[in-house]
This record gives sequence, structure tokens and C-alpha cells, in this order.
Amino acid sequence: MKRVTLLAGHYGSGKTNIAVNMAINAATENAGKRLAIADLDIVNPYFRTEDSREELEAAGIRLICSGYANTNVDLPSMPDDLYAITDDHDLQVIIDVGGDDRGALALGRLSGALKEENDYDMYMVINCYRPLSRDPESTVEIMREIEWAGRMPFTGLINNSNLGRDTTAEDVLNSIPYAEKISELTGLPVFATSVENSLFEELKEKIPNLMPLKLQKRPV
Amino acid sequence: MAEKVLMKGNEAIAEAAIIAGCRHYFGYPITPQTEIAAYMAKRMPKIGGVFLQAESEIAAINMVYGCSSAGKRVMTSSSSPGISLKQEGISYLAGSDLPCLIVNAQRGGPGLGGIQPSQSDYFQATKGGGHGDYHLIVLAPASVQEMAELTIKGFELADKYCMPVMLLADGTTGQMMEPVTFDFDVKPAPEKPWATTGTKMQREHNIVNSLYLQPEKLEVTNLERYKKYETVKENEAMWEEFMTEDADVVVAAFGIAARVSQNAVIEARKQGIKAGLIRPITLWPFPETPFKKAAEHAKAFISVELSMGQMIEDVKLSVSCTKPVYFCGRVGGMIPSPAEVLSAIKKADGGDR
Repeated sequence: MKRVTLLAGHYGSGKTNIAVNMAINAATENAGKRLAIADLDIVNPYFRTEDSREELEAAGIRLICSGYANTNVDLPSMPDDLYAITDDHDLQVIIDVGGDDRGALALGRLSGALKEENDYDMYMVINCYRPLSRDPESTVEIMREIEWAGRMPFTGLINNSNLGRDTTAEDVLNSIPYAEKISELTGLPVFATSVENSLFEELKEKIPNLMPLKLQKRPV
Repeated sequence: MAEKVLMKGNEAIAEAAIIAGCRHYFGYPITPQTEIAAYMAKRMPKIGGVFLQAESEIAAINMVYGCSSAGKRVMTSSSSPGISLKQEGISYLAGSDLPCLIVNAQRGGPGLGGIQPSQSDYFQATKGGGHGDYHLIVLAPASVQEMAELTIKGFELADKYCMPVMLLADGTTGQMMEPVTFDFDVKPAPEKPWATTGTKMQREHNIVNSLYLQPEKLEVTNLERYKKYETVKENEAMWEEFMTEDADVVVAAFGIAARVSQNAVIEARKQGIKAGLIRPITLWPFPETPFKKAAEHAKAFISVELSMGQMIEDVKLSVSCTKPVYFCGRVGGMIPSPAEVLSAIKKADGGDR
């Protein structure tokens, strides 16, 4: 795992959930390592890493997040300890970038230092069941917009194709050609396919690099 | 798009509007409904439609007025403080008998309030909101699928009765993600001979207006409009009932409050309490029929709302105050828990209030 892992993509693609899961897994695997999760969303005031604060802190993970996330202060604001991400080279960081190009704009502030250090992976989280990223071409279009806004090139893909609580193993399997096609169009590897814990056993033999996810929020 | 997709409520509204033939969206961003505008900004240019971010909510609603006058299916969306700003324009639309769809993803108030969900614009939506005697048809979705369905229904009703329709959602239903299918037969917009589409020198001028210089004439238009409202009341009330047939305690709730209440009703039944739920889908016209029927056997009603108690007045009117109607709710962006509703059900069942 590189020092910095960035997760970006269309909004609602599952970035935050994957970021929190990756952080907790990394904390378990590398006990003793200083680890942080950074929430760079400046657009959406809901569904933030802040929702998982208790769980993250219990795992010894530092939360770099705007003090206004999940409050009524609906302002585009950055964390006050933002530069720990680029200044502290002993800190392992997972960055949850905001959705779409609008959300990725804030990343441009850090991209120079991240590219210079060159110890990062940036994954595009994709979901073929979201209406604006249903086919490979429209997904690649969103991807290019994010790269332009965030001033960072992607290094891989995470296929998080799902239909929320209705997701079946078949839905996940049907999304594989979509992810492969995007990989072909962009020349980037599919780093992982992520599924909710309940589908993991059924699919682990069928899909390479399958990543189990614990859902952070349950619907009403 | 017959297969399932995973959508936010706000996106489902936008996509359904496009399916309904709406090619004109005018709005101004405000949390928690900005995804509607964002979706329209992305989709409209690709399908030959218009997305226009106006300089204010007031400008946006007046653009809706103009576009509707020209006979097009048109919409705007906002959240509570923005909907307050639109009230003058909404009154003009009602006074000119113009169809349109207005979405309100309600947030906590009054004033700027907060950005968390609320249902405290019930009075504003159902009792007028702007000046003068008028009503909007008010639809209250409780799931992402229903947000899509009621958006299409909203355009159809607006055209059928030549009046504005409001989709009264809230911050939760707008933000939550659920699978949704877009498998609809949409009724195309009817002919609009009154629209200001140009005379081509072949007919008299059409005038769309809410100004009447003679009081006698203004009175007649008001009386005619209220006859139309009677037809809407008779034909368009929609609701859903859950375990009400033998219920002792009947919960009334719409939108997100109905989802919480349904869980509470299920739990109450497990504990041996005969509870039921009436979920109004139209808030105006208010579905009086199921309440009158339930009042024949129920000993009490509870209105569960994300407000200080607004729909409760319509519940009381529907049962003509023959049975006690209690209130259970949270405000300021808070949502009542199923446990809170269950405890209200138990109290009402015991009658010890």
C-alpha cells in the first residue's frame, strides 16, 4: 500500500464507505502504523466520514475532516489540519475525495505535493447501476472531468457496482464486463471489486481481488 | 430505462421529469435539493432541453410562469426558504390557472433553519402559501420509487386541471439512495389552446393573466376555480392503508414519517396492540375517506410529523373531532424514532393521556 490512497468518483458511487473500510482494514493489518483518513468533500454536507468517527477513533485512526461536516453550516470548508496529508511523510493517509469534478476541485490544492512525492494510488470508484455512469463511455467522461478538476491522474479502478439493499451476486457478476471495458479504454487496472459482506462468500471464487465491505449506514 | 438503477430521491425526480416530457427546468441551488439542479444541468443539454440557473428563486418561478404560459411542461425545485421566496410567483401561477411542477425538499425552519429534514411546510403547501384563495395539488412521496412515480403523476395532474402541483418531499427522501425502475406509461401533455404560442394571424390573441380590473369578473373566476377544486377533491385523493381494518390506534403519517411509523406499527402488533397506519399520498386534497372509516372502530388517532403538528388539524377535521387525535413529532431536522412512535401508540391504546 502506497503512503497515500485516494478515492474519487461520481457522487453516490460509494467512495466514503470504501474509504472507511480500507482505513479500518489498514489499521488492523498494520497495527502501530500512524494512519489517517481525510475527508476532502467540499460539496455534500451529508454522508461524511464524520458519520463513522467513533469506529475510526476506536481503531486508532486520525480523522482529518472539516469541523463543519454533518452540521447545519452548509459551507464549502476544508479541514484545519489539511496539510498534515502532504507535510507528514510518516503518516499513512486514505483520502476520500468529494464526488464528481466539483467535489474533486479541492484536491488540486494538494496535487502538486502528492505528485512530487509520488507515493500514491488514486482509484476511480465506479458503479454501473448509477444513472449517469451506466455505460463505460459516460463513466470515462466523469473520470476525465475529475482528473482535470483535481489535477491528478488515476492509477486504478474499484468496481463498486451495486443496487443498495437489492444487490444480488448476479448484479455484481453482470458488472464485470463494464469494469473490464473501462479498464481497456483507460489502460488502468481493476484494483478491486467491492461487495457487501453478505455477498463475499458467494463471489470470492468467481471474482479476483474481491473486497468485502461493511456498510456504514443503514437505510430507514 | 426499464432495469433497476440506484438513485438518490432528488435524481429520481429529475429523471422522471425528463421521462414526463419536461424539457425546461428553472431553479436556484439550495441544500438539500441541489442534486435535482445538478442532474438537470448534466442531462438537459444532451436531450435538447433547457437548464437555467436563475439569479434567484423569484426569477426562477417567474420563468416557470412564462414557460407554462407558452404551453410547455416545466418545473422548478427548491427547499423551504427558497419555496417561501417563490410564493408570489406560485400565487400568480394559481391565479392564471397554469400547470407546472414545484418540488420542495423540506428542511428545518423557520428562517434559514438548518439543512436536515423537516415536514414543517405542510401548512404552506396545503393551505395556500401565497396570497389569495387557491390550492395546489400536493403529493407526498415516501420512497425513491414513489418520488419518480409522483413526479410523472404531478405533471399529468397539473395539465389535467391547469393548476400548479407541489411535490412535498424532505431532506431524507431527497438524499437517500434506493433502487428504482422507470417503467412508466406517460400521458402526453394535452392540447393547450390557451397557450401563448403566437397567433400566426389565424386566431385571437391568447392572454395569460391573473389581473382582473372588474371585481365581478374576479369573483366569477374564483368561483369557477373552486368548482374545479371540488372535482379534484372528489377524484384525486390518494392514500395507502396498513393494517387499519381492525385497528384501535390509527397512526397518520406521510413521507419519511410514514416509514418510521410503519416500523412502529409492526412492533406494536407484535406486542398485541391493534395499531394501523394511514399514509396520505395527496396532502391536498386530503384523503378524508379512510379517516372517517377508521373512526368507526378506532379509539384514537396519532399524527406523526416532523413538525410541531400541522397535518394533525386535517386529521381532526376528517374525523370531525369524534375521536381523540394525539401528536407525536420531532422538529429542527430531527426524525422521531420507531421507539418514540411505539410509545405514543401504547399511550393512546391505554388511553391514559
